[in-house]
Amino acid sequence: MGAPDRNPVRPAAGTDVLRFVTAGSVDDGKSTLIGRLLFDTQSIPSDQLVALKDASRRRGRGELDLALLTDGLEAEREQGITIDVAYRYFSTTKRHFVIADTPGHEQYTRNMVTGASNADCAVLLVDARRGILRQTRRHAFVCALLAVPHLVIAVNKMDLFEFDEKVFRTIEKDLRHLALELGAPDPIVIPVSSLLGDNIVTRSAQTPWYQGQTLLEVLETVDPARLDYAFRLPVQRVARQTGTLAIGRWHDFRGYQGQIAAGSVAVGDEVGVYPGGRRSTVKAVYAPGGEVSRAGAPSSITLELETQIDISRGSLIGSIETPPQESDAIIADLCWFSERAYDPRRRLLIKHMTRTERVVIEEIEYGIDIETLSKVAAPESFSQNDLGRVQLRAAKPLAFDLYRENRTTGAFILIDEASNETVAAGMIFSSALQG
Amino acid sequence: MSAITDKPTRINQLDALESESIFIIREVVAECKKVALLFSGGKDSAVLLKLAEKAFYPTPLPLTLLHIDTGHNYPEALSFRDKRAAECGAELVVRSVEDSIAQGRVQLASEDASRNAAQSVTLVDAISELGFDALLGGARRDEEKARAKERVFSHRDAFGSWNPKAQRPEPWTLYNARLKPNENVRVFPISNWTEIDIWHYIARENLELPPLYYTHKREVVRRGHQLWPVTHLTPPRPGDRIETLSVRYRTVGDMSCTCPVESIADNPEAIIAETLATSISERGATRMDDATDEASMELRKREGYF
Repeated sequence: MGAPDRNPVRPAAGTDVLRFVTAGSVDDGKSTLIGRLLFDTQSIPSDQLVALKDASRRRGRGELDLALLTDGLEAEREQGITIDVAYRYFSTTKRHFVIADTPGHEQYTRNMVTGASNADCAVLLVDARRGILRQTRRHAFVCALLAVPHLVIAVNKMDLFEFDEKVFRTIEKDLRHLALELGAPDPIVIPVSSLLGDNIVTRSAQTPWYQGQTLLEVLETVDPARLDYAFRLPVQRVARQTGTLAIGRWHDFRGYQGQIAAGSVAVGDEVGVYPGGRRSTVKAVYAPGGEVSRAGAPSSITLELETQIDISRGSLIGSIETPPQESDAIIADLCWFSERAYDPRRRLLIKHMTRTERVVIEEIEYGIDIETLSKVAAPESFSQNDLGRVQLRAAKPLAFDLYRENRTTGAFILIDEASNETVAAGMIFSSALQG
Repeated sequence: MSAITDKPTRINQLDALESESIFIIREVVAECKKVALLFSGGKDSAVLLKLAEKAFYPTPLPLTLLHIDTGHNYPEALSFRDKRAAECGAELVVRSVEDSIAQGRVQLASEDASRNAAQSVTLVDAISELGFDALLGGARRDEEKARAKERVFSHRDAFGSWNPKAQRPEPWTLYNARLKPNENVRVFPISNWTEIDIWHYIARENLELPPLYYTHKREVVRRGHQLWPVTHLTPPRPGDRIETLSVRYRTVGDMSCTCPVESIADNPEAIIAETLATSISERGATRMDDATDEASMELRKREGYF
């Protein structure tokens, strides 16, 4: 295996970041693909490369098995499975990257949901020998459900077919059809060989018929821009400055602290406080670097308002032109995370942005058969990794946006009040009709 | 102003990391009762403390600084620790591994053995003595394999133990900090920062660090690809050739287990340039203990290590 030139491609300060999730089974060559991406971008430190060569020889995997780079914890090696999402970092001159590497086996759906929740882009692997498997369908389905904006599919092991265009075009056509069927974004499909490095970082001489970008080129150029423009600030805490120490500018200071989830805010803007919709005007905005006239997502800020109104942790400060919805009853898609199946007798909490309230699942509308991806009659319960649509009722009204419109203000987790376990992740589909 | 035509403002990666960390720090303080920030005087904890100050500005820091002193710390790091603690106005509590040894809570193989693992006992004891339910730490996921799968909110039982299978999933930024009595949560606000991000931030914010991080003359011995400092804890072995080199530390840990690297960099920009050009990892260049066992970090974490 030829080592690439050690001519480091490293980031310029001030460039942006792309978070992407990878999914596929070990058999699809996902570990090799990630290893190849890191190796060909000179992102593997020399001591780790030495350890990798050692491990490759020790385990009889040739001189350098790139798949071992993403090998996991001792507990995982003992059991021969991957338990968890692993995060990896690399950079090129164009961009910084965060990879959420999700395992393909056990606890599959739960991990993919977690990895995809923050992703700007998903990279799915398809084995050219096997084409679209049920697993491929599940991966694409979860990407669509989690509203991941971009979908890239690497058709791997093309070397086994001598890079035959016909093989690729057949799979590509099926993939586009699948994405359309599942409501996933139209995928960018790339013929690759992770083993040999074709079209991962360097353009392959074996695929003159492929005019598209390499995987790295795609990752360097897809737009991570958000669609959610209306201002949203979930309040994390209220900072107060009182007593004898608070003098001058900070006398009677009351600041609302949080990270802007969408849009931007400027001094003088009229804003609403939800639920409820009471209004006030922005007096001052403090960003991490100091006082500013305007701040936008994803800045963490402190907001001062002209009038003192009742705002606490869990309030949502937002645009008055495009206010959030308010309801105590919502319809949502759930992914059940817990090993313990859903039991209606147990008490649940909903954590929605910075707000935590008691909640009940009033009705299970339907389940989703993860094998066929079709709706099935409402199940009695949910087991780990199950998906379904439910009606929830919270103890108090929530202010929210639909998940497909805003992935922060439309997402929540459910917590078991007795065990404190995070038992499910949810995406708000709509407000429930009353009566 | 129309909300719809209000295009999102693009902010750069360092600003995004800063805001993410501030969000995490505020979540901990909002959800937990008594929060400590582990402050050793090292570069990562110096960045963490700066982020905490920004998170709560203009109000006072609502947390305690905690340092577990192994007794093998460099004096430069300790004096920097005390100076920064006084500046930021938060209470500094120091608990020492020496005391744990005196109490018989810790037994070391030898007087000069590494106390890196032993500090877990002192840390867990300090947490229960002082009643902290949350500890902020400056660990990063890019440091090490076992860290790559660490949560931002790492749940620990009453013994401080980390069970990789019992960790809570963290979709979106919905962190679950709910605890039972005596449990605690270790929180890593700079999880997604890399070594180079830390240096870019130190440069941008003009953060002060202990002088050990910049070039200085030091007596060292070459061992493999590492330079072992000559100290009373790591004395030269028979036949060693002692050299006086211009060096700096990439990480400042225990005197007994941290190596400097050869360098003439005397400011953050020069260190950034060197870091971009180097091919060896931070831990590979500087830690005497990690190279020996692929799983050593995972084992230490199970025993209550940060």
